Formats: sequence, C-alpha cells, structure tokens
Amino acid sequence: MNEFSLVLLAASVVATAAPILLASLGETLTERAGLINLSLDGTILLAAMAAFAVAHDTGSVGLGFAAAAAVGGAVAALVGFAGVILGVSQVAVGFVLTLMCRDLAYFLGNPYSRIQGPQVPPLPVPGLAELPVLGPLLFRHNAVVYLSLLLVPALWWVLYRTKWGLEVRAVGEHPEAAYARGIAPRQVQMVCAVVGGALVGLAGAAYSLALKPGWGRPQGAEGIGWIALALVIFGGWHPVKVALGAVLFALLQVAGIPLQEAFPSVPAQVFQVAPFPLMIFTLLFMGLSQRESVERWAEGRPWAKRLVGAFRGAAPRALGRPMKGG
Amino acid sequence: MHIVLDDIHKRYGRVHANRGVSLEVRAGTIHGVLGENGAGKSTLMRILAGYTRPTSGRILLDGDEVRWRTPAEAVARGVGMLYQDPMDFLAMTALENYALGRPWVPARELRRDLEARAAELGFAVHPEMPLERLTVGERQQLELLRLLSLGVGVLILDEPTTGISGVQREILFAALRRLAEQGRSVLLVSHKLEDVEALCDEVTVLRQGAVAGRAERPFRTRELLEMMFGQPPAVPRRVAGAPGEPVLVFRDAWATGGRAGLRGCSTTIREGEVVGLAGVEGAGQNAFLRLAAGLNRPYRGGVEVCGAPAEGYRRLRQRGVAFLPSGRLEEGLVAGLSVLDHFALGRTRIPFLAPWRGAAERAEGAIRRYRIRGEPGTPVEALSGGNQQRVLLALLPERPRLLLLESPTRGLDLESAHWVWEQLLAHKARGTTIVFSSPELDEILMVAERVLVFHDGALVADVKAAETSVAELGSAIAGKTPPAPARTPSPEAVVEAP
Repeated sequence: MNEFSLVLLAASVVATAAPILLASLGETLTERAGLINLSLDGTILLAAMAAFAVAHDTGSVGLGFAAAAAVGGAVAALVGFAGVILGVSQVAVGFVLTLMCRDLAYFLGNPYSRIQGPQVPPLPVPGLAELPVLGPLLFRHNAVVYLSLLLVPALWWVLYRTKWGLEVRAVGEHPEAAYARGIAPRQVQMVCAVVGGALVGLAGAAYSLALKPGWGRPQGAEGIGWIALALVIFGGWHPVKVALGAVLFALLQVAGIPLQEAFPSVPAQVFQVAPFPLMIFTLLFMGLSQRESVERWAEGRPWAKRLVGAFRGAAPRALGRPMKGG
Repeated sequence: MHIVLDDIHKRYGRVHANRGVSLEVRAGTIHGVLGENGAGKSTLMRILAGYTRPTSGRILLDGDEVRWRTPAEAVARGVGMLYQDPMDFLAMTALENYALGRPWVPARELRRDLEARAAELGFAVHPEMPLERLTVGERQQLELLRLLSLGVGVLILDEPTTGISGVQREILFAALRRLAEQGRSVLLVSHKLEDVEALCDEVTVLRQGAVAGRAERPFRTRELLEMMFGQPPAVPRRVAGAPGEPVLVFRDAWATGGRAGLRGCSTTIREGEVVGLAGVEGAGQNAFLRLAAGLNRPYRGGVEVCGAPAEGYRRLRQRGVAFLPSGRLEEGLVAGLSVLDHFALGRTRIPFLAPWRGAAERAEGAIRRYRIRGEPGTPVEALSGGNQQRVLLALLPERPRLLLLESPTRGLDLESAHWVWEQLLAHKARGTTIVFSSPELDEILMVAERVLVFHDGALVADVKAAETSVAELGSAIAGKTPPAPARTPSPEAVVEAP
C-alpha cells in the first residue's frame, strides 16, 4: 500500500469517527452529571431518520441537523424527566425508549426509504487543505467532522476548566452536597441530559446526511449507540480517553475495506461485524487495569504503572441515582 | 450571632422527629446539643442550616425571623453546617472542593486564600490532592475553612469527632475555641459526653425529639447522663479468664486493603482473649480483621485460623468464625430485606425452601431479647444504626469460636454501646475469642485485655490493657516509640466513669 492510500485510509477513519465522537461525548456529558441515557441506539436512528426526512422535504441540510438535535434533545429530556424529576429507574426508561425509538424510526421513515436526498457538502479549510498529509487527513472534510473534532477539547475544557463544568461534576458525584452548596442538581442534570442528547441526535444526522447518506432498513448506524455507551464507561468518563476509544472503533470499521481486498475468500459480513466483538475485547482488556492483581503486577514496572494509571477512571459516584430530598 | 429556635416541630409521615424544640445560643459561645442516637439532633440542625424545612416553628437570627428555602440561603446569611455524612466530593481535589459553591475566583488566588486560612487555624491542607486520599479529619478541616471563607457567623458541627484521630480532635477543638472568641456562635452536636464537657459553655439535651434539659459549665456528668437516658447506663465489666490454645496465628502476613494495607504482621491470639486493635483509620486494623475472616488473602506470609490455614469466609464460618463489618448496611445486612428475611437467610435444612416458620420464631425472639425497636417485617434500612447493630448481633451463631468485629459501636450512643459490649462479653464468658477494632481508645481500654497497635500497616505495639494508658497508646498510634511496659495507672483511671 502506498503512502497516498494510507493517508486516505486515515482520513476516512477521521470521517467515520465523527458520529461516534458526537454520540459518546454527548453521553459523557450526560453521565458526568449523574444521569444515564440508555436510549442512545434508538435515538441515533430516530434522529437520523428525522434529519433525512426534514432535509429531503425542505432541501436544507442545516434544518435536517436542527431536527436531529431536537429529536435527540427531546428523547433525552424524557429520560431526564423520568429519572431526575420523577425518580424512576433511568435504566428501565432508557431501555424502553431505545427500542421504541428504533421501531418508530423504521415505521415513520418508511416513505423515505431508499430515495435520493441532500448531503452535507465537503468544506475544505482554505489554505490548510493544501498541506501535505495533514491537509487530506484533517482539513478536507465536511463541517460535521470539524465539529466532532473540536468537541473533544471543548468538552474537556468545559468540564475541567469552567465553573459550570465543576458544578456538573459535583452533581454527578454527590447531588446532596451540591445542593448544600447552592447548586440546583436537578436543573444541572436536565441541562446536561438535553445538551448531551442533542449531540447524540447530531450523530444520527451525521450518518443519514454525511457518512451513510440516505435512509433505509438497516440504515448502517445500528449498534453505534451501544458502542458509544461502552466507550464512555471504558474511557473512564474522560472526554479525551473516550475520544481515543471512538477513533479506535472507527479504525476497526475502516480497516475492513483493505482487509477484504486482501482476503477475498473471507465473507464480507465477517469484516462488517468484526469491529463490534473486537471493540468489546479491547474494552475488556482495558478494564483489566482496574483489577487489584494487575495493579500489584504493575508495581515496580514504571511503564506498566503509567499505562495502568492512564486507563483508570472511576464512575461518577451518584451515576444513575436520583437526588434524595432537598 | 444570636440564635433562637422557637418551638420547632418536624414530622416525617408518622414519625415526629422534633416535638416543640426551643433553643437559644448566645453570640461567641459554644453550645452543645447532646442526645442519644435518634433523639432528633441532626434533624434540628438540618432545619437551622436550611437543608430541611420545619413543619412548624420559627428561627430567629439576631432577632429577625428567617425562613430558608435552600442551604445556600442560610450560608449567605451566615449559617453554615458540617454535616454528619460529609457533604464533599471525593473524586475532586481539595481546591476544587473549596471552589465549589462560590463565585469564580482564579485558581491561584483561591489556593493562596485557602493556605492562608489553614495556616491561621493550624490546619494542614493539600490543595492538589484528591479528597479520597485525605483522612476524614482533613476533609473536615477543609470544609470548615470553606465555610469560614464564605463568612459564616454560626457554625454547626454534627458529630465532628466520629472517625477522626485524637490529635485531629484537639486541633479541631482549639480552632473552635478561637472561632468562638472571635464572636462566632458554634453548635456542637454529639452523643459523646466527653466532647461536650471538653468544649461547650452550655448544653441542651434532647431526648426522643424534645428538650430533656439544659445545663451550663461546669457540667455534672451524672446529671447530663440522666437527662440523656432517664437513668445512667451501666458500664460493662471485663470478664477474667485464662487464655487457651492459639486460635488465630499471623506469620509475617502482608496484604492490601485500607490506606496502608498490612505489612509483615506476626502475632498469636489465644482462645478466650479479648483483643483490641488500635490505630488511625486504615492503618492496618481492618486489613488484619479481613485477613483473619478470610475475606482477603495475604500476598506474602500466612494466616492460621483455629489450627488450619485460613480459607474463604464461607469455610471459616463452619469453623466458628464470625465477622461483623463496620458498614452495617453496606456489608452486614441486606438493604431491602426485612428483619424476618434475614433470619430466614442462609440457614436452610431443606434446600430451596425458606424456613419461614422457624425464622419467624427466631425473629420474634431476637426482637424481644435484643430489644430491637422494629417489627419482623420492618426493612432493615428503616431501623436506626443501633437497632441494625442489634439485629447483626442477634444473627451471630450461637457459640462462635472467634468473633471479628470492625468498630462494633461505631455511631452508637453510650447506652447502646455498653449494651452491645454486654452481649459480646457474654460470648467471651462462654469461651469465645474476640478481636475488634475501634477508633476510641477508651473503649479499647474498657473491654480489651490486650491491645495491638497499628501504624502505617505495621504492628508496632502489643501490650496488656492493664499496663498501658491512652497517652501511651496515642503516641504508639502516631508512630512514636512503642510504649514502655508497666509503669502506668490501671485502665479504670482513664475510663470515664459515669
């Protein structure tokens, strides 16, 4: 494989990672505030369908994205209302919603199945797009990809460098203590749910209007929601680590294409499905770093200790538990 | 600030937690709120701090009536509280904890402010350290500094001496005295007489949600105890007995767990001994108990229980080992199950079927015998801490050979604590070996025959309780030279006698 096609491959990893980044970072924000939105997989499909339908009917890609964000925010608001305000099990509500949204998407999207529609136009960054290697890798994508890449440092900055981010983390850790300090935990959780959900919705639009344009059954975004949820856990609820996981998954997905050419005798389905179990195994492997025995082994091996330390991340202590009293 | 609580009532459903409590605190004084567990102290203080709203009654600050909607409002008016369950954020650094709940200030400036305030009160702070690596006492100091930096004039401390070392207690009390001298009002909630006697100018005693009496310094211990309990509780007596065969043997055992783990511990404990484990939180006592119970394994060295190498807890139970963890609801009991369910658990003769009839009898019997305030159908999480401990004691096997207890009287008032020890020492009279940890040296000296002191994971002293004192144990706990044997007064001199 020559250098040029390697760059192209890397560029398609960046493009493939965009929706996964949007979804997993959105969920990271929500879970940092202590709320689990388990409806991701269904939300992505419903938002993808809504984005395509709106963009098709109005001819405006922008309105399509707005519709997707609205759908994502609305579903998350439902989870938030049930979990935060009513104190119902967030897991149960999220699970029901993920199934309902998926079926709703297939049902409502039927008239839009397999028809031509608008797409996000490529938007090379003037000047930077001409750079060797870096140009094609990072600066000849569409606006969604740029947004997903910028979101990584942006979310990190918000969570770790702003007063609001500190309050979000505080609410996820100990909502009662946050309340004692004058923060309104339920309000913070609702805001994080809706903003996180809107990002998940954008992930759906990123599929149906950019990465896998069009609508159908299957759309191609199925399963991504679950992967995003797993990425948040194994990324230790840290935006940068979660983002690295998302890029890794995109790499596994993209790697299937050249591999299929190299091994034509292997059925194509193997390469389509392989990223999912591979990702799960990778995540399990990373999860091992939490084990005490691994920690003891790493003691006395500086490189291993650093590696184990880098993978470590604890869940927000109040994750999934609604605030008591107040 | 001058505080008046006037006829405060608080009802939670059918429970009447405060029944017309009135209380007055003059500016610049330290006021004690004394009472046994469940007397309504915490509820009353949460009402004053704005965390809970009273059902009826008035709060007056310097003569003005106030009605809080949130605790933040109370802080803005100068009333701050250190809650019994720390209201802080373990995953964040000390500085982040300090910053939360105030207008944004550049980190460097805030850090300087924190360090200056800490120096003033003689506190040690570690601004960049995550809170989970600090001790309870250090977290408390940080929270105190935070409230002071917000300008509070009334400081409420709910059971501040639970879980902190003797040294930290002295630092805290010195700081509170200074704050009172500066004109602040301090409310100290405690079920420990010695706290109140050491610090307070005045005291209000609560019993069953109502005011049982008031007193001013100098206090008469007997009077306070009568107000708390109706009549003073009896002190349990140590039971004599000659030690027999080795029951628990540690051979250079190393293990993880707690703050320091356990590092190279060797000792032998014999049948019929009552051994107290002393040390600051996580210095090795609990790692020791968990190894002995088979809940953890040494990564080097060995542990023998009842003459054979230790195995998992399930197996050790059959050899007569019983372990009582300090986290009653976390580890000891199953939240969500009733008292009756607990008696039906784990004792089936016929597999698959739950022995309901036998369990009902045993539950009723235990409730009567152990005076548990609850019904067989009461979920255990609805019981008070003292009653949960009573259930755990009732669930112990009839004749255990080795009892391992983690802070068996944690959070219990004097009466319940003494009652618990009476039950435990009754086991000892039947030949049971008891090994327990406790943060209270007085408790250890009261009931133990032998004391093992841990510092930073190592066993640093092994002394007879009759030949040592609080002061000597205290210096061993702090890692100073081990106490020299035999030149001290008898432990009765240091046990506070009601």
